[in-house]
Amino acid sequence: MTDIIMQIDNLTKEFQVNKHTSVTAIENISFTIKKGETFSLVGESGCGKTTLGRCVVRGISSSSGKVLYHQDTLGELDFLTVKGKQYKSVRKDIQMIFQDPFSSLNPRMTVYDIISEPLKAMTKLSKKEIQEKVKAIAEKTGLDVSYLKRYPHSFSGGQRQRIGIARALITNPKVIVCDEAVSALDVSIQAQIINLLKELQEEMDITYLFIAHDLSIVEHISDRVAVMYLGRIVELSTTDKLFTTPKHPYTEALLSAVPKPDPEIKKERIVLKGEVPNPTNRPSGCHFHPRCSYATEVCQSEQPPLVEIQEEHFVACHHAKEMTLQGIMGIVATEEKTLEGR
Amino acid sequence: MTQVTKFLQVSDLKIHLQTDAGLMKAVDGVSFSIEKGKTLGIVGESGCGKSLTSKAILQLNPDDFRTEGSIVIEGSDGKQQDILTLKQDGKELRSIRGKKISMIFQEPMTAFSPLYTIGNQIMEAVLLHRTTNKQEAKKITLEMLGKVGISDVNRRFNQYPHEFSGGMRQRAMIAMALSCNPELLIADEPTTALDVTIQAQVLELMKELQEEFGMSILFITHDLGIVAEMCDEVAVMYLGKVVEHAPVRDIFKNPKHPYTKGLLDSIPKIGMGRKEKLKSIEGMVPQAIDLPPMCSFFDRCKDRIPGVCDVRDPHEIQLNEKHRVSCVLYEKEGVTI
Repeated sequence: MTDIIMQIDNLTKEFQVNKHTSVTAIENISFTIKKGETFSLVGESGCGKTTLGRCVVRGISSSSGKVLYHQDTLGELDFLTVKGKQYKSVRKDIQMIFQDPFSSLNPRMTVYDIISEPLKAMTKLSKKEIQEKVKAIAEKTGLDVSYLKRYPHSFSGGQRQRIGIARALITNPKVIVCDEAVSALDVSIQAQIINLLKELQEEMDITYLFIAHDLSIVEHISDRVAVMYLGRIVELSTTDKLFTTPKHPYTEALLSAVPKPDPEIKKERIVLKGEVPNPTNRPSGCHFHPRCSYATEVCQSEQPPLVEIQEEHFVACHHAKEMTLQGIMGIVATEEKTLEGR
Repeated sequence: MTQVTKFLQVSDLKIHLQTDAGLMKAVDGVSFSIEKGKTLGIVGESGCGKSLTSKAILQLNPDDFRTEGSIVIEGSDGKQQDILTLKQDGKELRSIRGKKISMIFQEPMTAFSPLYTIGNQIMEAVLLHRTTNKQEAKKITLEMLGKVGISDVNRRFNQYPHEFSGGMRQRAMIAMALSCNPELLIADEPTTALDVTIQAQVLELMKELQEEFGMSILFITHDLGIVAEMCDEVAVMYLGKVVEHAPVRDIFKNPKHPYTKGLLDSIPKIGMGRKEKLKSIEGMVPQAIDLPPMCSFFDRCKDRIPGVCDVRDPHEIQLNEKHRVSCVLYEKEGVTI
């Protein structure tokens, strides 16, 4: 059995907008992350994926719920409530890589200061030890040692993202939350960073919670994927199952919406009507029902629970069992047929 | 050979900027043409000059960018005009902007003025180019808003940009761009700021409207998936130059330039599952300042030939009627232009 490294249990975050209104950004989210895997969260803007990532690293405090973290020596503890010494020792294990490589680095600190800061804050290493560690991690992330004296402004987006990765890695973390870590980069640089993340994962046995909206990258990098819509997980499964046999209509529409880099693919695209509703005023029942072409009366009134309908395949839809939806292979297969017909 | 009707012909376009660090050749000798009713895609990474090129067509770049070359458009009356020779605030240029050629921008939030209603802003273009009758202009505006799929147009007409969501605003911008039946629509990364499902809606809409109005589209993007779906022809730009120009099928099925190949290899293909590693292009885009005469892709190229590629610019080679590439590797195969 694979070990579970992190268990997110009924996590909820509400933001108070003003006296009368609040936004439930994420609502009763529960899932587990296995050791050494890449677990991806996908969804459109406003679905709560970033909020979830920030709650997990304790960047913002959550309204309720637990993030149970399994540490080798201390055993299982709730990362959201640990204090004092224990907190310091666990803090090192959970790090984050940010989306924007421009605003996430302090322009007044040298690269060396940026990368070494977590060590200064969390450990009692000597100056020399810190220096050695920074050099080692810079090499690992493809940064030249001579860069360490410079300031962030003299670097391109891809190199800045490497600095961000080096900063996250310096404490030898077990879990890294990557919040859209490659979406601000150009395609050729994106591929470099994805390869780097994968290499580091194998080498240092890191678990990633990967937050992204680009499905082709998610498919490439993940072991398991959860699809979010308006603060809830609507589908969760292994990458293969989710992409080939999706069970939720929203997942199907997302997969179909991705433009495929092949001009011969002429497909009937499922275009969703309307837009993601305002999170302050979420629809009743299943949040997706106003845009769903399969919706019936029950969808308007009852919230579907997230249930396991096959092994390792969870879905929150009243009609999941009755529908056969098109996965990514289905789309490709029908295209091949139409090509033969021509 | 069939007579091809070209709406736009850009020849040897150069956009240079004098900076403290030296002369920046942001766009350096770009040529392409767009046929009537067709879509040309310009792809490239940030800093390759694709946005500057598109803005030069409407003379929208700041004054300190020195622009050379020619941008010739052919009007419906068959008269040819070089846009670059027109006076920047002259009458002729104004009659082209928004009427013959209109543009949609990447960020729909900043492209609208927050102080005027959406209806007001679209009507402004209509009043300028199509009619002087306010009632009629309003009618046209409402009709356009309806066409781009905005419901409840009478209420929406009087709303301000902040009351629209991102996708809606992009639709409104398309409505504004198309309100005067342009012959060419320049779309500068029109869906980059949008979510995938909304992006799908906007792309479908653009295709539908192109069929209805028969306009040409110049599509600027960095997303190869969108190129495959939207474009008839593609120009791949790198560091201010078009390195390859071909029909969309050839770009994806038979790419020639090492950079095009590298770009295609570095995108994860959906539906192909987990492959071991992405083939990335090593290194990064150099700055376009004081470049020596050599292939600008040399440092990152897998197929580089030292002694040839780093001593002179590669010639532009015509491989067949529609496929052009600037690379030393093909200089024996095709005709040098």
